Amino acid sequence: MLKTRVMPCLLLKKRGLVKTIKFQNPNYVGDPINTIRIFNEKEVDELILLDITATTENKDPNFTLISEVASECFMPLTYGGGIRSIEVAKIIFSLGVEKIVINSCAVKNPRFIRELADVFGSQSIIVSIDAKKNWIGKYIVYSDSGKNPTQYSPVELSQQAEQMGAGEILITSIDRDGTFEGYDTVLIKNVSSSVNIPVIACGGAGSVNDFVEAVIHGGTSAVAAGSMVVYQGKNRGVLINFPLREELESALP
Amino acid sequence: MNIIIIDYDMGNVGSIFNMLKKIGLSAKISSNHNDILLSDKLILPGVGAFDKGMLNLEKADIISLLNEKVMIRRTPILGICLGMQLFTRTSEEGNLPGLGWIDADTKKFQFNYSEKQYRIPHMGWNTVTFRKNNFLFDGFVEEPRFYFVHSYHVSCDNEDLSIAKTLYGYEFTSAIQRDNIFGVQFHPEKSHKFGMKLLINFINYS
Repeated sequence: MLKTRVMPCLLLKKRGLVKTIKFQNPNYVGDPINTIRIFNEKEVDELILLDITATTENKDPNFTLISEVASECFMPLTYGGGIRSIEVAKIIFSLGVEKIVINSCAVKNPRFIRELADVFGSQSIIVSIDAKKNWIGKYIVYSDSGKNPTQYSPVELSQQAEQMGAGEILITSIDRDGTFEGYDTVLIKNVSSSVNIPVIACGGAGSVNDFVEAVIHGGTSAVAAGSMVVYQGKNRGVLINFPLREELESALP
Repeated sequence: MNIIIIDYDMGNVGSIFNMLKKIGLSAKISSNHNDILLSDKLILPGVGAFDKGMLNLEKADIISLLNEKVMIRRTPILGICLGMQLFTRTSEEGNLPGLGWIDADTKKFQFNYSEKQYRIPHMGWNTVTFRKNNFLFDGFVEEPRFYFVHSYHVSCDNEDLSIAKTLYGYEFTSAIQRDNIFGVQFHPEKSHKFGMKLLINFINYS
């Protein structure tokens, strides 16, 4: 009875958690330690924490904060943002983080994924891909928190990441981020059918039904949710919440 | 009580330390001979390849010390994931012999049918069915679920050593015990209250 993993995906900016819409207008939603304590009490499957300004401001990760978060987190914890060297990755793992996310470096220095996988094992390396449709409807990968377009398609970058030793792909639709409109199942299907490693769908989740769609029509093995778990609904009043286990178990394959 | 989390540069010792701290226990992360010698409980974690694990134990120069502590002095030890696999004689993942404390070998998941749902590694939460009356699973009320990440699993000569099973394509041994030697394939340190309960049970074993 291996269930689809459902994980909150939380965005860190400085010391606060924020939530974006289409990667724009980060809105403060709370303190990371308190929020993660709540998700820990709700016994979520896994948790992803992404620092959205570490790379763009050329900063190292906030090790003190990550350490505080890890000591409250008794489920697998994934951290991404500003990981540019093996040394930094080593510190992150030593704090009690299970998996790291590589995004901009996967584009700029693909061999870095290989180096990381050789040292820490593929199972601990997630390559995150942020994609957006261009004016002719073609998916393009963006790096640096969605700021810079690249020459990659999501499928090309996923396959390259898998070859380099990535253990999972986190695919995010920039167009759906924060919209509650459901996942871009076409984008997710493109990626999940082109690799053999697990794919985590992200961007657009508004209900448990959207999770089901991502699994059935997108072929994903895990789903991540942002707005849905930090807001009470589309009016975006902050409310840290998570669907009940019974509801997830009966809905998800 | 002296709890030593053995540090041999094979993965996440921080999260085990964190969970023990949450329980109210202070453990020490160490590969120092004296620390290991004086320990009351040992935890051997591990994420990564089998041969690298054995080489790193050798590099830390603690294999004969561990043999003495575990096999002669009978200090309780808990192996987690690769840590448990190192207790076996061999692994299909590598060429080096394991510690050989348990009459068992480590095998790769083999599925006869190529159903897409059985991707390797086996990653995520899964249920664990344990044999009744084993100390490690004392006091579990709900059906326990634990977090797994692995491509290999332990296969015991004698089923009596297998104290829990998990289904992934087929049933495999997800926990073992022989006297003072305990091993779990899953990660209690990342499995919420279930993992906490299991660690408490191990610490209380005497």
